[in-house]
Amino acid sequence: MKRPYEKPVINKLRSGLMNKFGWSPAYARKVRTAIDGVSVDELCGQFGSPLFVYSERTARRTYRQMFNAFSTRYPNVEFGWSYKTNYLQAICALMHQEGSIAEVVSAMEYDKARLLGIPGEKIIFNGPHKPMAALEKAVVEGAVVNVDNLDEIVDLETVAKKLNRTVHVGMRLNLDAGIYPQWSRFGFNLESGQALDAAKRIARGGRLKLNGLHCHIGTFIMDPQAYAREITKMVKFGYELREAFGFEMESYDIGGGFPSKSRLKGVYLPPEVAIPGIDEFAEAITHAFSEALKPGDFPKLIIESGRAVIDEAGYLITSIVAAKRLADGTRAYVADGGVNLLFTAFWYKFNVELDREVGGINETSVIYGPLCMNIDAIDEGIQLPPLKRGTRLIFSPVGAYNNTQWLQFIEYRPNVVLVTESGEVEIIREAEDITDIQRRERLPKHLELKNGK
Amino acid sequence: MNRLSQLALSDEGFVFDPQTGDSFQVSETGMAVLRALKEGRSDEETAQQLVADFEVSLEEARRDCTDFRGQLKNFGLA
Ligand SMILES: Cc1ncc(COP(=O)(O)O)c(C=O)c1O
Repeated sequence: MKRPYEKPVINKLRSGLMNKFGWSPAYARKVRTAIDGVSVDELCGQFGSPLFVYSERTARRTYRQMFNAFSTRYPNVEFGWSYKTNYLQAICALMHQEGSIAEVVSAMEYDKARLLGIPGEKIIFNGPHKPMAALEKAVVEGAVVNVDNLDEIVDLETVAKKLNRTVHVGMRLNLDAGIYPQWSRFGFNLESGQALDAAKRIARGGRLKLNGLHCHIGTFIMDPQAYAREITKMVKFGYELREAFGFEMESYDIGGGFPSKSRLKGVYLPPEVAIPGIDEFAEAITHAFSEALKPGDFPKLIIESGRAVIDEAGYLITSIVAAKRLADGTRAYVADGGVNLLFTAFWYKFNVELDREVGGINETSVIYGPLCMNIDAIDEGIQLPPLKRGTRLIFSPVGAYNNTQWLQFIEYRPNVVLVTESGEVEIIREAEDITDIQRRERLPKHLELKNGK
Repeated sequence: MNRLSQLALSDEGFVFDPQTGDSFQVSETGMAVLRALKEGRSDEETAQQLVADFEVSLEEARRDCTDFRGQLKNFGLA
């Protein structure tokens, strides 16, 4: 009888590294044959490879866990779904079904929310670029507009004058919460007095009224106390505004930035160990909030978490199309999806799972994507047994920022599917074809080629 | 002189290089290939031996023999 085949591998032994680089027992390898009960084989058989797969169950479970972490600690909480994190309609609709309002940062995102049926008053309009027409539309439709800069204050006053009414606005702050780098390019700086000056300017103009404060201190923040410092400063400023101008703060929006269970490059502890749970964040935030507020005040606490809500619900299945050995002897694989689809590969080290048990010795390997570009490497030092062409690699978590920042570059973008709570598989974005790439192009008459010349 | 012929091979999949003092760990199929090469067989013969002993196509075995030679070269063994 013939024995089962594993590819021939030879590895040099280094004392002390044997456990890490030697034989890896099957239980130590990461194998994923299915996503929410639907087999990886079946998914690729029907929808191709590469393939983005979202788990509706995980998305809803994570959302509820996060919302409950806050709503059980403070009586007036609202979540705003950060569209830029993932604005696939199905994902936004799911978040809205769960009770989230929309948080948008451009005219395009605003239009997306409205097209989904979200009324203006359930939209928070943030960001440094709000064109006049979009601003006016947002004000007319009752959106919460958080002012980013002085020019925008002027624009909003123009809108208020035109509509002949007072317009309520929020103010984006930036402040020192002990986080590096400090995001100081958005909104008005608190510590330097810039924010107070802006409030003065608003009060003097007489057409606008401040009724909310907004801030977003950064992304993938690992320290719950940073949020405590943030909200304490915001509330203190809110009371200063009441004192000085009679502005009553109805809401405090602390932005997003909670980490997902992903591994940042350069962080060696596994995410379960390195990353504080959402309850720790919720505890620090609501505790500091209650401490800062005057008795009887319960303004709305708004949270715009993106990454932490959706990242873990997303997977990318890819297939190995070639195996090579580099000049220095390193084992390398070419997968059919790369940084064109996984923009976050630039700062994440993904969890990589195989679709089957593969025997053999682990080797330090590199995974390249399909682009004919040197930057296209998804993992440059992963322990993998020797893999055959066609083996599938499943990357996670990839639900945040990839389906918005993916590139239409060199390759077509693939199908995106959702495994529903009942186990059905629905396409939520069809794979592209050449018409998607060319539709907006025009070829001037004199450049048309005759018979290919 | 053939470097490969100097290597000491154990049944447990360990290889010792007396010239450098380095030790290596080799998979079962790697051992089969290494033994064949030590005996001076060609890549083609080695691939056919793999096909006779293991569940593998000749095409994949040929490819993997070439790759294995690359690994040996990388460690200065061939
Ligand atoms: C204003 C604002 N809110 C929310 C978010 C979502 O951030 P995260 O995905 O880190 O939670 C961002 C992201 O940059 C943002 O700029």
